[in-house]
Amino acid sequence: MILNIFTDIHELLLGLMSEEAAHILELVLIAAGYLGIFAILGLLLVWLERRVAGFFQLRLGPNRVGPMGLFQTIADALKLVSKELTGTVKADMQLYKLAPYFVITTALMSLALIPFSYEIHAFDINIGLFFLTSVSSIGVIGIFLAGWASNNKYSLIGGMRTGIQMISYELSVGMSIVTMVVLAGTLQISEIVEIQKDGWLIFKGHIPALIAFMVFMIAGTAESNRTPFDLVEAESELGAGFHTEYSGMNFAYYFLAEFVNLFIISSVAVVLFFGGWLSPFGITDSIPFAGLFWFGIKVVGVIFIFMWFRWTFPRFRIDQLLTLEWKYLLPINIVNIVLMALMVWLGLTF
Amino acid sequence: MERIIFYIISILMIVFAVMSVSNRNIMRSIIYLLFVLIGIAGLYFMVQFYFLGAVQLTVYAGGIIVLYVNSIMLVEKINNPLDVTKFWKRLLAGAIATTGAGLTLVAIWSHNFKEATVSKEIGINEIGKAFLSYGDKGYILPFEVISILLLAAMVGAIVIAKTNKVKESN
Repeated sequence: MILNIFTDIHELLLGLMSEEAAHILELVLIAAGYLGIFAILGLLLVWLERRVAGFFQLRLGPNRVGPMGLFQTIADALKLVSKELTGTVKADMQLYKLAPYFVITTALMSLALIPFSYEIHAFDINIGLFFLTSVSSIGVIGIFLAGWASNNKYSLIGGMRTGIQMISYELSVGMSIVTMVVLAGTLQISEIVEIQKDGWLIFKGHIPALIAFMVFMIAGTAESNRTPFDLVEAESELGAGFHTEYSGMNFAYYFLAEFVNLFIISSVAVVLFFGGWLSPFGITDSIPFAGLFWFGIKVVGVIFIFMWFRWTFPRFRIDQLLTLEWKYLLPINIVNIVLMALMVWLGLTF
Repeated sequence: MERIIFYIISILMIVFAVMSVSNRNIMRSIIYLLFVLIGIAGLYFMVQFYFLGAVQLTVYAGGIIVLYVNSIMLVEKINNPLDVTKFWKRLLAGAIATTGAGLTLVAIWSHNFKEATVSKEIGINEIGKAFLSYGDKGYILPFEVISILLLAAMVGAIVIAKTNKVKESN
């Protein structure tokens, strides 16, 4: 059905203008669509985070604006838009203003690789997962720059901490992805989903896949700078870390990008371990829209686990964080890759 | 369409490259350099060398630039603008750069380019097999040599970091 809508729009545009112009206009439309998804996702996840926080702390959370407080974040966003953009004296204003766009652009680019369903998948290339990790490795520059250009010691410390944290944990995320790629045998995201038709990869790869999943969840929490790894913006020590000096929309960019990154990490987990948009046992394979529903359910489930972490564990110290990564996760990961390769070689996977 | 995008990316790259070497604020220079590197990745993507483009992004933009930014932040007095070099040094550098650019241009113009007949997306499987095969069109030797080089660099870094610590504790 949705494919029909797309072809209808395509034919309508072809009737109105030349092929090249229609092509460009379609690209622009898709980009605008993804911007919309970006904003809606950010607002929804902020609302969800606050509701989950309320749930864990035995209170209600936002509940006045709209049904279940759904419009609360929209009101917050309107407030942020109307706020004045301030900056510090003697800050490097050029870099200060540039920094949020690194974070937001990389988040948007990664979003294009996420398969929302069989039909809705904007950019499906044969190195999909590798491209995803390479794009998201640029995002850290935005945080570095924000910390440096703010001309504030707290921001600088926050920025430096992020650099250390994200560079270290990128290794673990990458290696657990590699472990699953060994099992899947491909980097193309749509193919990884397709081969899970007869069983999710977490069941197919059993022991090594389970270890990879746990490592991925830990490293993913660190990659998206969430508690217990949120030393970057540790409120009690650093004010708000690298974005202390940002106000209004500039701050909102960081805030939105953080939540969209959470969505991206969760989606990668769903694609790698839980069969992406496939329905369990293929019960709704014939219905065209169903993939969107299953993908949404699974992603919200994984996001809930991340939020569970956030409201359960206290914050780590920086040395504990680095010890965890370099002395535990990395060796576990390397052994795990060898184990997975052995399993695949001996045909011990399902 | 493709031609227009190519020219836009190329002009941006040239502008940012010039800005990168002419700016006196070292942090801004690095960021302009980052844009040049991203531009190169963009060109790779344009000719559908996705793997090379992604490697360019990971290694140069995500790795080396982050390393540069990290090490520059550890350097003292980064807020001060860099010193202007002496006139004869600038003249020499300019002359060398012009010679290099001239040689490259001569080489490009004298070469007889043929239009590519097949533009095919190279799969990651073929690249992986080429890396590990030792027959014709195999790259196992450079691949292994580079891994040993990287290992040596890592061991060297650890040794350097360790010796300082031992001295301090003594």
